[in-house]
Amino acid sequence: MIPTQFDYVAPGSVDEALAALAQHGDDAKVLAGGQSLLPVLRMRLNAPEVVIDLGKIDALREIRDEGDTITIGAMATYQSILDHTGIKGSLRLLHQAISEVADPQIRHRGTLGGALVHADPAGDCGAPTLALEADLVIQGPSGERTVAATDFFEDLFTTAVGDDELLTAIRFRKHDGWGSHYEKFVRVAHQWPIVSIAAAVKVDGGTISEARIGLVNMGSTALRASATEAALVGAQATAEGVAEACAKAADGTNPPSDLNGDADYRRHLATVLTKRAVLKAAGG
Amino acid sequence: MTKIQLTVDGAKVSDDVEPRMLLVQYLREKLGKTGTVIGCDTSNCGACTVHLDGRSVKSCNVLAVQADGSEVTTIEGLAEGSVLHPVQEAFRECHALQCGFCTPGMIMQSVDLLKDNPDPSEEEIRVGIEGNLCRCTGYHNIVRAVQTAAAGKVSGDAEAGSPAATAETEKVEV
Repeated sequence: MIPTQFDYVAPGSVDEALAALAQHGDDAKVLAGGQSLLPVLRMRLNAPEVVIDLGKIDALREIRDEGDTITIGAMATYQSILDHTGIKGSLRLLHQAISEVADPQIRHRGTLGGALVHADPAGDCGAPTLALEADLVIQGPSGERTVAATDFFEDLFTTAVGDDELLTAIRFRKHDGWGSHYEKFVRVAHQWPIVSIAAAVKVDGGTISEARIGLVNMGSTALRASATEAALVGAQATAEGVAEACAKAADGTNPPSDLNGDADYRRHLATVLTKRAVLKAAGG
Repeated sequence: MTKIQLTVDGAKVSDDVEPRMLLVQYLREKLGKTGTVIGCDTSNCGACTVHLDGRSVKSCNVLAVQADGSEVTTIEGLAEGSVLHPVQEAFRECHALQCGFCTPGMIMQSVDLLKDNPDPSEEEIRVGIEGNLCRCTGYHNIVRAVQTAAAGKVSGDAEAGSPAATAETEKVEV
Protein backbone atom coordinates (compact mmCIF):
# COMPACT_ATOMS: atom_id res chain seq x y z
CA MET A 1 0.00 0.00 0.00
CA ILE A 2 0.97 3.61 -0.39
CA PRO A 3 0.11 6.48 1.95
CA THR A 4 -3.05 8.53 1.56
CA GLN A 5 -2.56 11.90 -0.07
CA PHE A 6 -0.98 14.66 1.95
CA ASP A 7 0.56 18.06 1.40
CA TYR A 8 4.28 18.32 1.95
CA VAL A 9 6.40 21.10 3.35
CA ALA A 10 10.16 21.00 3.88
CA PRO A 11 11.07 24.02 6.00
CA GLY A 12 14.65 25.25 5.93
CA SER A 13 14.85 26.24 9.59
CA VAL A 14 13.41 25.35 12.99
CA ASP A 15 11.47 28.65 13.04
CA GLU A 16 9.86 27.84 9.70
CA ALA A 17 9.02 24.35 10.94
CA LEU A 18 7.40 25.77 14.08
CA ALA A 19 5.40 28.18 11.93
CA ALA A 20 4.19 25.29 9.79
CA LEU A 21 3.23 23.37 12.95
CA ALA A 22 1.36 26.40 14.29
CA GLN A 23 -0.51 26.67 11.01
CA HIS A 24 -1.48 23.02 10.62
CA GLY A 25 -1.65 21.84 14.22
CA ASP A 26 -3.26 18.43 14.66
CA ASP A 27 -3.52 17.87 10.92
CA ALA A 28 0.26 17.73 10.57
CA LYS A 29 2.78 15.01 11.20
CA VAL A 30 6.50 15.72 11.57
CA LEU A 31 8.80 13.61 9.41
CA ALA A 32 12.30 12.96 10.77
CA GLY A 33 14.14 9.99 9.26
CA GLY A 34 10.83 8.35 8.40
CA GLN A 35 11.82 4.81 9.30
CA SER A 36 8.85 4.44 11.66
CA LEU A 37 6.53 7.04 10.16
CA LEU A 38 6.61 5.78 6.58
CA PRO A 39 5.48 2.25 7.50
CA VAL A 40 2.72 3.86 9.60
CA LEU A 41 1.64 6.00 6.65
CA ARG A 42 1.85 3.11 4.21
CA MET A 43 -0.28 0.90 6.39
CA ARG A 44 -2.60 3.88 6.76
CA LEU A 45 -2.52 3.73 10.54
CA ASN A 46 -2.22 7.49 10.33
CA ALA A 47 -3.37 9.82 7.57
CA PRO A 48 -2.08 13.35 8.19
CA GLU A 49 -3.17 16.17 5.89
CA VAL A 50 0.29 17.71 5.98
CA VAL A 51 3.74 16.18 6.42
CA ILE A 52 6.41 18.57 7.72
CA ASP A 53 9.80 17.18 6.69
CA LEU A 54 12.72 18.30 8.87
CA GLY A 55 15.21 16.76 6.43
CA LYS A 56 16.36 20.09 5.00
CA ILE A 57 17.28 21.61 8.39
CA ASP A 58 20.99 20.83 8.48
CA ALA A 59 21.46 22.45 11.91
CA LEU A 60 19.39 19.66 13.47
CA ARG A 61 21.90 17.04 12.29
CA GLU A 62 24.84 18.44 14.26
CA ILE A 63 26.56 16.47 17.00
CA ARG A 64 28.48 18.77 19.33
CA ASP A 65 31.11 17.80 21.88
CA GLU A 66 30.86 20.42 24.61
CA GLY A 67 33.44 19.15 27.07
CA ASP A 68 31.37 17.48 29.78
CA THR A 69 28.40 16.91 27.52
CA ILE A 70 27.63 15.77 24.00
CA THR A 71 24.57 17.29 22.34
CA ILE A 72 23.06 15.28 19.54
CA GLY A 73 20.81 17.12 17.08
CA ALA A 74 17.39 15.52 16.84
CA MET A 75 17.94 14.75 13.14
CA ALA A 76 21.34 13.09 13.55
CA THR A 77 21.06 9.68 11.96
CA TYR A 78 21.88 6.52 13.87
CA GLN A 79 24.83 6.03 11.54
CA SER A 80 26.25 9.49 12.21
CA ILE A 81 25.98 8.79 15.95
CA LEU A 82 27.77 5.45 15.49
CA ASP A 83 30.51 7.19 13.48
CA HIS A 84 31.12 9.83 16.19
CA THR A 85 34.25 8.92 18.13
CA GLY A 86 33.28 10.97 21.21
CA ILE A 87 30.03 9.03 21.55
CA LYS A 88 31.82 5.74 21.07
CA GLY A 89 34.20 6.68 23.86
CA SER A 90 32.03 8.49 26.40
CA LEU A 91 28.49 7.24 25.74
CA ARG A 92 29.13 3.58 25.09
CA LEU A 93 25.68 2.49 26.24
CA LEU A 94 23.98 4.70 23.66
CA HIS A 95 26.47 3.60 21.02
CA GLN A 96 25.87 -0.07 21.68
CA ALA A 97 22.08 0.24 21.76
CA ILE A 98 22.03 2.20 18.52
CA SER A 99 24.33 -0.33 16.85
CA GLU A 100 21.55 -2.86 17.48
CA VAL A 101 18.67 -0.78 16.09
CA ALA A 102 16.96 -2.58 13.21
CA ASP A 103 19.39 -3.06 10.28
CA PRO A 104 22.03 -1.04 8.41
CA GLN A 105 19.63 0.52 5.90
CA ILE A 106 17.34 1.73 8.69
CA ARG A 107 20.32 3.09 10.63
CA HIS A 108 21.43 5.09 7.60
CA ARG A 109 18.12 7.01 7.57
CA GLY A 110 16.61 6.74 11.05
CA THR A 111 17.26 9.42 13.66
CA LEU A 112 17.60 9.34 17.44
CA GLY A 113 15.25 12.32 17.80
CA GLY A 114 12.62 10.72 15.60
CA ALA A 115 12.76 7.48 17.56
CA LEU A 116 12.44 9.25 20.93
CA VAL A 117 9.45 11.35 19.85
CA HIS A 118 7.84 8.29 18.25
CA ALA A 119 8.14 6.79 21.75
CA ASP A 120 7.53 3.18 20.87
CA PRO A 121 8.09 1.37 24.19
CA ALA A 122 9.71 -1.46 22.20
CA GLY A 123 12.21 0.90 20.58
CA ASP A 124 15.87 0.54 21.50
CA CYS A 125 16.62 4.20 22.22
CA GLY A 126 14.39 5.12 25.14
CA ALA A 127 16.11 2.91 27.71
CA PRO A 128 19.68 4.18 27.20
CA THR A 129 18.36 7.75 27.08
CA LEU A 130 16.77 7.14 30.49
CA ALA A 131 19.75 5.27 31.93
CA LEU A 132 22.17 8.01 30.82
CA GLU A 133 19.82 10.65 32.29
CA ALA A 134 19.78 12.73 29.13
CA ASP A 135 18.13 16.13 28.84
CA LEU A 136 15.80 16.70 25.91
CA VAL A 137 15.76 20.13 24.31
CA ILE A 138 12.33 21.15 23.03
CA GLN A 139 11.51 24.28 21.03
CA GLY A 140 8.09 25.82 20.72
CA PRO A 141 6.40 29.12 20.00
CA SER A 142 7.41 30.47 23.39
CA GLY A 143 11.04 29.46 23.13
CA GLU A 144 13.23 26.60 24.29
CA ARG A 145 12.79 24.35 27.32
CA THR A 146 14.64 21.32 28.61
CA VAL A 147 12.95 18.18 29.90
CA ALA A 148 14.72 15.44 31.83
CA ALA A 149 14.48 12.00 30.25
CA THR A 150 12.51 10.71 33.26
CA ASP A 151 9.78 13.28 32.48
CA PHE A 152 9.86 12.90 28.70
CA PHE A 153 8.01 9.64 28.07
CA GLU A 154 4.38 10.05 29.11
CA ASP A 155 2.55 7.10 27.57
CA LEU A 156 2.42 4.83 24.54
CA PHE A 157 3.64 6.96 21.59
CA THR A 158 3.21 10.08 23.77
CA THR A 159 5.93 12.40 25.01
CA ALA A 160 6.32 15.80 26.65
CA VAL A 161 6.66 17.37 23.18
CA GLY A 162 3.49 19.41 22.59
CA ASP A 163 1.55 19.63 19.31
CA ASP A 164 3.17 22.98 18.54
CA GLU A 165 6.68 21.96 19.61
CA LEU A 166 9.70 20.13 18.19
CA LEU A 167 12.40 18.09 19.85
CA THR A 168 15.58 19.75 18.60
CA ALA A 169 18.40 18.03 20.50
CA ILE A 170 19.29 15.45 23.12
CA ARG A 171 22.03 16.36 25.60
CA PHE A 172 24.02 13.63 27.32
CA ARG A 173 26.52 14.04 30.10
CA LYS A 174 29.63 12.05 29.26
CA HIS A 175 29.82 8.82 31.20
CA ASP A 176 33.56 8.26 31.31
CA GLY A 177 34.35 5.93 34.18
CA TRP A 178 31.02 4.13 33.97
CA GLY A 179 30.65 0.57 32.79
CA SER A 180 27.68 -0.18 30.57
CA HIS A 181 25.94 -2.87 28.60
CA TYR A 182 22.84 -3.13 26.41
CA GLU A 183 21.34 -6.61 26.61
CA LYS A 184 18.80 -7.17 23.83
CA PHE A 185 16.57 -10.20 23.57
CA VAL A 186 15.05 -10.82 20.14
CA ARG A 187 13.54 -13.75 18.36
CA VAL A 188 14.45 -12.58 14.86
CA ALA A 189 17.41 -10.42 13.80
CA HIS A 190 16.54 -6.77 13.06
CA GLN A 191 13.24 -6.97 14.96
CA TRP A 192 12.10 -4.99 17.97
CA PRO A 193 13.30 -6.40 21.27
CA ILE A 194 10.98 -8.63 23.26
CA VAL A 195 12.73 -7.10 26.27
CA SER A 196 16.00 -5.18 26.45
CA ILE A 197 17.99 -3.79 29.34
CA ALA A 198 20.26 -0.74 29.22
CA ALA A 199 22.56 -0.81 32.25
CA ALA A 200 25.16 1.73 33.39
CA VAL A 201 27.06 1.16 36.63
CA LYS A 202 29.95 2.70 38.50
CA VAL A 203 32.16 0.26 40.33
CA ASP A 204 34.63 1.25 43.06
CA GLY A 205 36.92 -1.48 44.32
CA GLY A 206 34.54 -4.29 43.37
CA THR A 207 31.49 -2.57 44.86
CA ILE A 208 28.75 -0.91 42.82
CA SER A 209 28.44 2.74 43.84
CA GLU A 210 25.86 3.91 41.31
CA ALA A 211 23.51 2.12 38.92
CA ARG A 212 21.07 3.20 36.20
CA ILE A 213 18.85 0.62 34.52
CA GLY A 214 16.56 1.32 31.55
CA LEU A 215 13.90 -1.18 30.46
CA VAL A 216 12.59 -1.71 26.92
CA ASN A 217 9.12 -3.11 26.25
CA MET A 218 8.16 -3.53 29.90
CA GLY A 219 5.22 -1.13 29.87
CA SER A 220 3.61 1.65 27.89
CA THR A 221 6.86 3.65 27.90
CA ALA A 222 10.57 3.03 28.33
CA LEU A 223 11.13 2.74 32.09
CA ARG A 224 13.75 2.95 34.81
CA ALA A 225 14.11 -0.08 37.10
CA SER A 226 14.27 2.13 40.21
CA ALA A 227 14.07 -0.65 42.79
CA THR A 228 17.00 -2.45 41.20
CA GLU A 229 19.01 0.75 40.88
CA ALA A 230 18.61 1.51 44.58
CA ALA A 231 19.32 -2.07 45.67
CA LEU A 232 22.49 -2.29 43.56
CA VAL A 233 24.20 0.53 45.46
CA GLY A 234 26.69 -1.10 47.80
CA ALA A 235 26.35 -4.52 46.17
CA GLN A 236 29.41 -6.55 45.26
CA ALA A 237 29.85 -6.68 41.48
CA THR A 238 29.52 -10.47 41.39
CA ALA A 239 26.76 -12.86 40.29
CA GLU A 240 25.79 -13.49 43.93
CA GLY A 241 26.21 -9.86 44.87
CA VAL A 242 23.76 -8.46 42.29
CA ALA A 243 21.24 -11.33 42.27
CA GLU A 244 18.85 -9.93 44.86
CA ALA A 245 18.81 -6.43 43.35
CA CYS A 246 18.29 -7.73 39.80
CA ALA A 247 15.36 -9.87 40.92
CA LYS A 248 13.51 -6.57 41.47
CA ALA A 249 13.94 -5.44 37.84
CA ALA A 250 10.28 -5.94 36.94
CA ASP A 251 8.91 -4.37 40.14
CA GLY A 252 6.16 -1.92 39.37
CA THR A 253 6.09 -2.68 35.63
CA ASN A 254 3.09 -3.61 33.54
CA PRO A 255 4.56 -5.35 30.49
CA PRO A 256 2.48 -6.25 27.44
CA SER A 257 1.48 -9.74 26.35
CA ASP A 258 1.82 -10.64 22.69
CA LEU A 259 2.81 -13.49 20.39
CA ASN A 260 6.43 -13.20 21.56
CA GLY A 261 5.58 -13.76 25.20
CA ASP A 262 3.08 -12.97 27.92
CA ALA A 263 3.56 -10.43 30.70
CA ASP A 264 4.86 -12.98 33.22
CA TYR A 265 7.45 -14.20 30.74
CA ARG A 266 8.60 -10.62 30.17
CA ARG A 267 8.86 -10.03 33.94
CA HIS A 268 11.04 -13.10 34.26
CA LEU A 269 13.08 -12.07 31.24
CA ALA A 270 13.66 -8.61 32.71
CA THR A 271 15.23 -10.06 35.85
CA VAL A 272 17.48 -12.47 33.93
CA LEU A 273 18.57 -9.89 31.36
CA THR A 274 19.16 -7.22 34.01
CA LYS A 275 21.52 -9.53 35.84
CA ARG A 276 23.41 -10.24 32.63
CA ALA A 277 23.53 -6.58 31.70
CA VAL A 278 24.69 -5.42 35.13
CA LEU A 279 27.42 -8.04 35.33
CA LYS A 280 28.69 -7.21 31.84
CA ALA A 281 28.50 -3.50 32.64
CA ALA A 282 30.51 -4.12 35.81
CA GLY A 283 33.11 -5.92 33.76
CA GLY A 284 32.30 -9.36 35.15
CA MET B 1 2.56 17.97 -6.79
CA THR B 2 6.09 18.74 -5.71
CA LYS B 3 9.01 19.33 -8.01
CA ILE B 4 12.07 17.18 -7.42
CA GLN B 5 15.48 17.10 -9.04
CA LEU B 6 17.90 14.29 -8.42
CA THR B 7 20.56 12.17 -10.05
CA VAL B 8 19.70 8.53 -10.68
CA ASP B 9 22.40 6.16 -11.91
CA GLY B 10 24.42 9.10 -13.13
CA ALA B 11 21.60 10.83 -15.04
CA LYS B 12 19.97 14.04 -13.87
CA VAL B 13 16.20 13.76 -13.66
CA SER B 14 13.50 16.21 -12.76
CA ASP B 15 9.81 15.52 -12.15
CA ASP B 16 6.64 16.69 -10.50
CA VAL B 17 5.53 13.99 -8.08
CA GLU B 18 2.84 13.47 -5.50
CA PRO B 19 4.39 13.90 -2.05
CA ARG B 20 3.14 10.47 -1.07
CA MET B 21 5.03 8.73 -3.87
CA LEU B 22 7.65 6.34 -2.48
CA LEU B 23 11.15 6.48 -3.92
CA VAL B 24 10.82 2.88 -5.10
CA GLN B 25 7.63 3.72 -6.97
CA TYR B 26 9.33 6.72 -8.53
CA LEU B 27 12.24 4.59 -9.70
CA ARG B 28 10.03 1.85 -11.10
CA GLU B 29 6.99 3.67 -12.38
CA LYS B 30 8.36 7.04 -13.48
CA LEU B 31 11.87 6.07 -14.53
CA GLY B 32 11.19 2.46 -15.56
CA LYS B 33 14.02 1.19 -13.36
CA THR B 34 12.31 -2.06 -12.53
CA GLY B 35 15.58 -3.69 -11.47
CA THR B 36 14.73 -2.38 -8.00
CA VAL B 37 11.90 -4.56 -6.75
CA ILE B 38 9.23 -4.29 -4.08
CA GLY B 39 9.24 -7.34 -1.85
CA CYS B 40 7.24 -6.70 1.27
CA ASP B 41 5.55 -3.33 1.82
CA THR B 42 6.56 -3.42 5.49
CA SER B 43 10.21 -2.31 5.21
CA ASN B 44 11.43 -5.68 6.42
CA CYS B 45 12.75 -7.42 3.35
CA GLY B 46 15.34 -5.05 1.87
CA ALA B 47 14.63 -6.14 -1.73
CA CYS B 48 14.20 -2.46 -2.70
CA THR B 49 17.61 -1.40 -1.33
CA VAL B 50 19.31 1.39 -3.29
CA HIS B 51 22.08 3.84 -2.41
CA LEU B 52 20.98 7.35 -1.45
CA ASP B 53 23.92 9.75 -1.34
CA GLY B 54 26.26 6.79 -1.04
CA ARG B 55 24.52 4.83 1.73
CA SER B 56 22.11 1.91 1.44
CA VAL B 57 18.45 2.64 2.18
CA LYS B 58 15.19 0.81 1.70
CA SER B 59 13.59 2.79 -1.11
CA CYS B 60 10.10 1.79 0.05
CA ASN B 61 10.86 3.69 3.25
CA VAL B 62 11.85 6.96 1.63
CA LEU B 63 9.52 9.40 -0.10
CA ALA B 64 10.59 10.51 -3.57
CA VAL B 65 10.38 14.12 -2.33
CA GLN B 66 12.92 13.29 0.40
CA ALA B 67 15.40 12.33 -2.32
CA ASP B 68 15.21 15.82 -3.85
CA GLY B 69 18.74 17.06 -4.45
CA SER B 70 20.26 13.66 -3.82
CA GLU B 71 22.14 11.07 -5.78
CA VAL B 72 20.56 7.64 -6.14
CA THR B 73 22.28 4.50 -7.38
CA THR B 74 20.17 1.46 -8.20
CA ILE B 75 21.17 -2.05 -9.19
CA GLU B 76 20.91 -0.82 -12.78
CA GLY B 77 23.67 1.71 -12.21
CA LEU B 78 26.30 -0.63 -10.77
CA ALA B 79 27.75 -2.13 -13.93
CA GLU B 80 30.15 -0.21 -16.16
CA GLY B 81 28.58 -0.83 -19.55
CA SER B 82 28.70 -4.56 -20.10
CA VAL B 83 31.23 -5.12 -17.27
CA LEU B 84 29.47 -6.23 -14.13
CA HIS B 85 30.36 -4.74 -10.75
CA PRO B 86 32.62 -7.20 -8.85
CA VAL B 87 29.81 -7.96 -6.40
CA GLN B 88 27.40 -8.68 -9.26
CA GLU B 89 30.05 -10.88 -10.85
CA ALA B 90 30.61 -12.70 -7.55
CA PHE B 91 26.88 -13.35 -7.17
CA ARG B 92 26.87 -14.79 -10.69
CA GLU B 93 29.94 -16.94 -10.15
CA CYS B 94 28.80 -18.27 -6.77
CA HIS B 95 25.24 -18.75 -7.98
CA ALA B 96 24.10 -16.62 -5.03
CA LEU B 97 20.45 -16.85 -5.89
CA GLN B 98 17.60 -19.27 -6.13
CA CYS B 99 14.53 -17.38 -7.30
CA GLY B 100 16.53 -14.16 -7.62
CA PHE B 101 13.94 -11.78 -6.21
CA CYS B 102 16.06 -10.61 -3.27
CA THR B 103 19.19 -10.33 -5.43
CA PRO B 104 19.08 -6.62 -6.35
CA GLY B 105 18.72 -5.63 -2.69
CA MET B 106 21.28 -8.19 -1.54
CA ILE B 107 23.83 -6.87 -4.02
CA MET B 108 23.21 -3.22 -3.15
CA GLN B 109 23.52 -3.95 0.57
CA SER B 110 26.64 -6.08 0.01
CA VAL B 111 28.29 -3.25 -1.92
CA ASP B 112 27.52 -0.89 0.98
CA LEU B 113 28.86 -3.39 3.50
CA LEU B 114 32.13 -3.87 1.61
CA LYS B 115 32.61 -0.12 1.31
CA ASP B 116 32.56 0.06 5.12
CA ASN B 117 34.38 -3.17 5.78
CA PRO B 118 36.42 -4.47 2.83
CA ASP B 119 37.34 -7.70 4.60
CA PRO B 120 34.34 -8.87 6.61
CA SER B 121 34.19 -12.15 8.50
CA GLU B 122 31.35 -14.54 7.74
CA GLU B 123 29.60 -13.31 10.89
CA GLU B 124 30.03 -9.67 9.86
CA ILE B 125 28.54 -10.45 6.46
CA ARG B 126 25.54 -12.17 8.01
CA VAL B 127 24.98 -9.24 10.37
CA GLY B 128 25.60 -6.78 7.56
CA ILE B 129 22.80 -8.22 5.45
CA GLU B 130 20.39 -8.76 8.33
CA GLY B 131 18.00 -6.25 6.79
CA ASN B 132 17.70 -8.33 3.62
CA LEU B 133 15.54 -11.41 3.55
CA CYS B 134 15.94 -14.32 1.13
CA ARG B 135 12.69 -16.22 1.22
CA CYS B 136 14.36 -19.16 -0.52
CA THR B 137 16.73 -19.11 2.47
CA GLY B 138 19.65 -19.26 0.06
CA TYR B 139 21.97 -17.35 2.35
CA HIS B 140 24.99 -19.67 2.10
CA ASN B 141 25.88 -18.78 -1.46
CA ILE B 142 25.06 -15.13 -0.86
CA VAL B 143 27.61 -15.05 1.97
CA ARG B 144 30.08 -16.88 -0.28
CA ALA B 145 29.58 -14.33 -3.00
CA VAL B 146 30.30 -11.45 -0.64
CA GLN B 147 33.43 -13.25 0.58
CA THR B 148 34.50 -13.91 -3.00
CA ALA B 149 34.02 -10.27 -3.94
CA ALA B 150 35.87 -9.15 -0.81
CA ALA B 151 38.79 -11.44 -1.59
CA GLY B 152 39.02 -10.00 -5.09
CA LYS B 153 38.68 -13.50 -6.49
CA VAL B 154 36.12 -12.65 -9.10
CA SER B 155 37.45 -14.01 -12.34
CA GLY B 156 34.90 -12.39 -14.57
CA ASP B 157 34.81 -15.31 -16.96
CA ALA B 158 33.87 -18.32 -14.84
CA GLU B 159 30.64 -20.10 -15.56
CA ALA B 160 28.11 -19.61 -12.83
CA GLY B 161 28.37 -22.44 -10.33
CA SER B 162 31.34 -23.99 -12.10
CA PRO B 163 33.78 -26.14 -10.07
CA ALA B 164 36.40 -23.41 -10.37
CA ALA B 165 34.11 -20.85 -8.77
CA THR B 166 33.21 -23.22 -5.98
CA ALA B 167 36.82 -24.23 -5.30
CA GLU B 168 37.75 -20.61 -4.67
CA THR B 169 35.34 -20.36 -1.78
CA GLU B 170 36.08 -23.65 -0.04
CA LYS B 171 36.76 -22.00 3.29
CA VAL B 172 33.03 -21.54 3.83
CA GLU B 173 31.39 -24.48 5.49
CA VAL B 174 28.11 -25.54 3.99
